[in-house]
Amino acid sequence: MTPVIAAAGVVKDFEQVRALDGLDLMVEPGEIFAVLGPNGAGKTTLLGILEGYLSRDDGAVEVLGVDPASAGSSWRQRIGIVLQETSLEPLLTVRESLELYAGYYRTPRPVDEVIEMVGLEDSAQVRAGRLSGGQQRRLDVGIAMVGNPDLLFLDEPTTGFDPSARRNAWEMIAGLRELGTTVLLTTHYMEEAATLADRVAIVVGGAVAAEGKPAALAEGLPTRIVFRVPDVVDPASIPIQSDFIVRDGILTVSIETTDPTTDLESLIAWARSNGHSLDGLEVKTPSLEDVYMELVG
Amino acid sequence: MTRSLALVAHEFRYCQKVFWRNPGSVFFTVLFPVVLLLIFATIFGNEPIDSLGGLTTERYYVPAIVTLAVISATFTSLGMNVTIAREAGLLKRGRGTPQPAWVFIAGRVGNSIVVSVIMVVVVTAIGAVLFGAPVPWSTLPLVAVTLVVGASAFSTLGLAVTALIPSREAAPAIVNLITLPLFFLSGVFIPENEIPEGVLSASSIFPVREFFQAFLASFDPAADGPGFPWLSLVAVAAWGLLGLLLAIRYFRWEPRR
Repeated sequence: MTPVIAAAGVVKDFEQVRALDGLDLMVEPGEIFAVLGPNGAGKTTLLGILEGYLSRDDGAVEVLGVDPASAGSSWRQRIGIVLQETSLEPLLTVRESLELYAGYYRTPRPVDEVIEMVGLEDSAQVRAGRLSGGQQRRLDVGIAMVGNPDLLFLDEPTTGFDPSARRNAWEMIAGLRELGTTVLLTTHYMEEAATLADRVAIVVGGAVAAEGKPAALAEGLPTRIVFRVPDVVDPASIPIQSDFIVRDGILTVSIETTDPTTDLESLIAWARSNGHSLDGLEVKTPSLEDVYMELVG
Repeated sequence: MTRSLALVAHEFRYCQKVFWRNPGSVFFTVLFPVVLLLIFATIFGNEPIDSLGGLTTERYYVPAIVTLAVISATFTSLGMNVTIAREAGLLKRGRGTPQPAWVFIAGRVGNSIVVSVIMVVVVTAIGAVLFGAPVPWSTLPLVAVTLVVGASAFSTLGLAVTALIPSREAAPAIVNLITLPLFFLSGVFIPENEIPEGVLSASSIFPVREFFQAFLASFDPAADGPGFPWLSLVAVAAWGLLGLLLAIRYFRWEPRR
């Protein structure tokens, strides 16, 4: 299958600052692909180049088989863009906004279908300026979907949302998978990437530092075992190399291990034979956040 | 061709909706000129202006306020609303769709020209009913030519001025700072017999005075001596061309953030 996005060695300079430094990216049809990275890592610059807003200084880029730098109106028929900042006409209703943009496309998706897709059935006659922040973002996504795009760009779709609005947005975006739309989203919420994305790229300093399935990325990182014992326990008696903090008479022990089964066994044997209980015992498998902190922190 | 026209008509339809729903647009572009006409005609009364062949101030204000209304509907309205749309990210978003850039502009300029036509009709009608100002039936083609040339020219200038405006907050200040002094100096607010000759001729450098001269002559052929001031209209058109070139060169689609 030809990739939907193929970028190789992309370089972009803003005056003296190098925003992208030889970035490579490959996105396959139908996947939800998340680009993670700290502020200033180059996520939005990358999107700008892929969307055709920005020129690049070096490298090769193909989006839907076309170089975005010279792509025309027929290419734009096939993409949908949600910018980082919500951009709506406040005086048009939800329905009118969608009808306005639907008129730009040769084969738009029916407006009613889009309203249902983004869950704004009850607000169809409400002006965009009177919607809540979460609803406005949904309309933003609806406008990007009204042209029936093959590829959708979402730049930080849920930044500033409360947790329940974020969950709703995730459901909506996950729903796009069923339509076969390829989605490229940027985010700095690990949970968002882990929940939604088939694959993730972590961008640091203008290049991809790690890439893969969210679960696979964390493979190879140590598991963490945490528990508490009273501070009368001698830390040196713990049979495994560990870090500890003493506070309010309690010793919190933290162990990084690549073999949690064996280490847990010896810890439990140690606790049993010394009469300790391992309060608040937690075994944390490595997460995307650990990978991220490893690369960024 | 048909497809292009349909796209422009589509864009225009939504520009109209947005325009009439915006209380600021409706007040400053539609109501304000009418209020000014009533105030000025009342304050300055029914005095004949000798230098204009005895034209009364009440009648003088009809083409004056028509000039103001057309400039408000084009230069002021586009300068503010296009800046606001740009800063809201709407222009950038539009550039990411298959809609050709010129269609966005055409829809907005079309909206301004249609509002201009409405305002010319409204102001002329009020002038006729309240002040007995003659409706310029016999010179209608000259009124129409002046309107089309002026509305187009002040539209391109309005698009060009957006490049000067850094933020939506700065838009009203910058646009009014340009137009208000010119309205005073060009005889739109104050009858021109009250304005020193030197000021009037200096203000002729700018298009507001020339545009007003063309409207004055087309509304009251006797007022400005024989013949229509075609040179004034040429000057307005030249300003329009300058606006077009500046807009092509400096117009920005992306918000400054």
